Amino acid sequence: MTAGIFDKQRDPRRVRELAAAIKSVVTRPWKIMEICGGQTHAILHYGLDQLLPPEVELIHGPGCPVCVTSLEAIDSALQIAGQPGVIFTSFGDMLRVPGSRQDLFSARAAGADVRVVTSPLDAVSIAQQNPDKQVVFFAIGFETTVPVIAASILHAQRNQVSNFSILPANVLVPPAMHAILSSPDNQVNAFLAAGHVCAIMGYWEYEPIAQAYNCPIAVTGFEPADLLEGILLVLRQLESGTASVVNAYGRAVIREGNQSAQQMISQVFQAVDRNWRGIGTIPLSGLGLRPEYSNFNSFERFKLEPLAVAESPLCIAGQVLRGNAKPTDCPAFARECTPQTPLGAPMVSAEGACAAYHRYHKAVA
Amino acid sequence: MSPEELPSMQGPVCPLPISQRDTVVIGHGSGGVLTHQLIRDLFQKHLNSPRLRAGNDAAAIELPASAPEGLRLVTSTDAHIVTPLSFPGGDIGRLAVCGTVNDVSMLGAEVRYLTATFILEEGLPLDELEAVVASMADAAAEAKVEIVAADTKVTEKGQCDKLFISTTGIGFAPASRRIAGDQAAEGDLVLLSGPVGNHGVAVAEARGNLGIRTAIRSDVAPLNGMIAALLQAAPGTHVLRDPTRGGLATTLVEIARQSGVDIALEEESIPVDPPVRKACELLGLDPLYMANEGKLIAIVPAHEEQAALSALNAHPLGKQAAVIGRVLGKSAGRLWLRTSLGTTRVLDMLAGAMLPRIC
Repeated sequence: MTAGIFDKQRDPRRVRELAAAIKSVVTRPWKIMEICGGQTHAILHYGLDQLLPPEVELIHGPGCPVCVTSLEAIDSALQIAGQPGVIFTSFGDMLRVPGSRQDLFSARAAGADVRVVTSPLDAVSIAQQNPDKQVVFFAIGFETTVPVIAASILHAQRNQVSNFSILPANVLVPPAMHAILSSPDNQVNAFLAAGHVCAIMGYWEYEPIAQAYNCPIAVTGFEPADLLEGILLVLRQLESGTASVVNAYGRAVIREGNQSAQQMISQVFQAVDRNWRGIGTIPLSGLGLRPEYSNFNSFERFKLEPLAVAESPLCIAGQVLRGNAKPTDCPAFARECTPQTPLGAPMVSAEGACAAYHRYHKAVA
Repeated sequence: MSPEELPSMQGPVCPLPISQRDTVVIGHGSGGVLTHQLIRDLFQKHLNSPRLRAGNDAAAIELPASAPEGLRLVTSTDAHIVTPLSFPGGDIGRLAVCGTVNDVSMLGAEVRYLTATFILEEGLPLDELEAVVASMADAAAEAKVEIVAADTKVTEKGQCDKLFISTTGIGFAPASRRIAGDQAAEGDLVLLSGPVGNHGVAVAEARGNLGIRTAIRSDVAPLNGMIAALLQAAPGTHVLRDPTRGGLATTLVEIARQSGVDIALEEESIPVDPPVRKACELLGLDPLYMANEGKLIAIVPAHEEQAALSALNAHPLGKQAAVIGRVLGKSAGRLWLRTSLGTTRVLDMLAGAMLPRIC
């Protein structure tokens, strides 16, 4: 391996030191939830769970944006993508997520023009190059992806790109944390907050949550040493009975976050109630377009009817996403449900807990 | 045909059909004059095996002098489609030669001959086609193989993506040679001839899928020369395989399952070029699952480890060759990766297409 920007956070000696420090502070069992699917992926990719003492259990949170996107949103996407004259654009891993009947890959195979983009700004360019087509971007993701989606709307408006619209399905982290902590069967003692979300939003929003639920929160990055440091910082608090927000990702996050990005978000979007796949509707947990940008809303442009949808009866994704079950607890895991034949969204994205278990976990035979 | 396109009558002359064209037209597939022109002026200019020039329906080839224990004929066929036709480090022509040469070589055979079928889309610029054919000729010369038979078909526009090439390879191996995917045995060492991921990233970038610009080039190359050197030094080699689609991890899972053994890799010993590592990191891709077209996995018994490694390192394509893991005992066939942190994880086959992650 060669010198890179993450070397310090991957240095085996530093990782061993942090693992030893964690062992030395823990006296009791604790359950820590990492919010973000990127963190779940990194934990299993590096086998970090193998470095923790048995008292510390990591619970995988709802932070896989692909996983929590509602079935209705996916079915709406499929409905739009199937229409003639439409170019449907999306982040890549959304294409394999099953809707009620099919996924965007099968829609493409059936003749729909579905394209993978790495930025919604590319979708605006596609719209400019194809003025006779309607170009739709599937706006999924947490706060991390929202600024560039807002920027694409503003860019389209400035350049009078009238054939571009978005299917709004973005979600917000703090309402999900409230929903988890206030649930009667909550098992979470502490959170690792998602570093990339906090790079945009800061972490001032989490301070009232830590206080209200007496729940330590560490803003945490994605490399092995980042994750272990976040775990160490919440464990110290849990063992000493304190609960505050600490920043273990100082190289990317400040308390106030990226204010110009936040300003762009609030210019274009407003908080709305949103249905999370497997969890249900959480009040004010999503972002919808403000009325002055409603002409960029694909729902309105395509005059979609509300859809009746149905999940697979075998899938326990809801329990997994709430942290009440591990992927391996599911009777369909690695049997009916595999990355090639996903029944639920967490088996699809590399960030999904079920897919990460399927790829990396020792328990898989 | 609109009135403007009709040939204008200039007295009593018969309008001649256009004879000089710069794109493929349906007539190139007719078997008539245009087909012959295309073969003579474009294909034979570059592919000039006497057997091909003879213009017969088939090519006769001589069998090599037999080895003491007899010879086996080894053959493989491979279709090549890639967008764009040309990418940093190679093109579809080089790919079509190297892909099949490498496949035949993986049973330890000496590759001698190739045949090629070209499916051309109406409208393909002839100079693009010629560049590809010239590149095939160069790659065949580099691999020291002869293209002995070829065929051309033309499809209507939209029925194929510019140009598809299918090649079949023929080689010979001593009848006693038992190199195959099911031969990996406990205690064997896993060698890799060089860094992985370059081809996959180069093609994805050329396709404009990555949204970033790098200087990464495809590694597409014929491996038969390096394999000959390896087999001279390590004649007891158990498995040879090139980790193409699905990458190193998928290929090793295949071998583990075929042989019914577990294989353990050391993450730190797997060579990956820094730009490939960085591009993959940025996009949420894993170099262990990215395609290669010029890399070799060799699984050799422990007593041949040093000889095999030295032979690979001495070849220009194997300078960065390394021992990356070893074969454990009999099992269901799993691939383990020991990370630089001392933890382990299971590597599975690539599921579906490689997709960039959202964040």
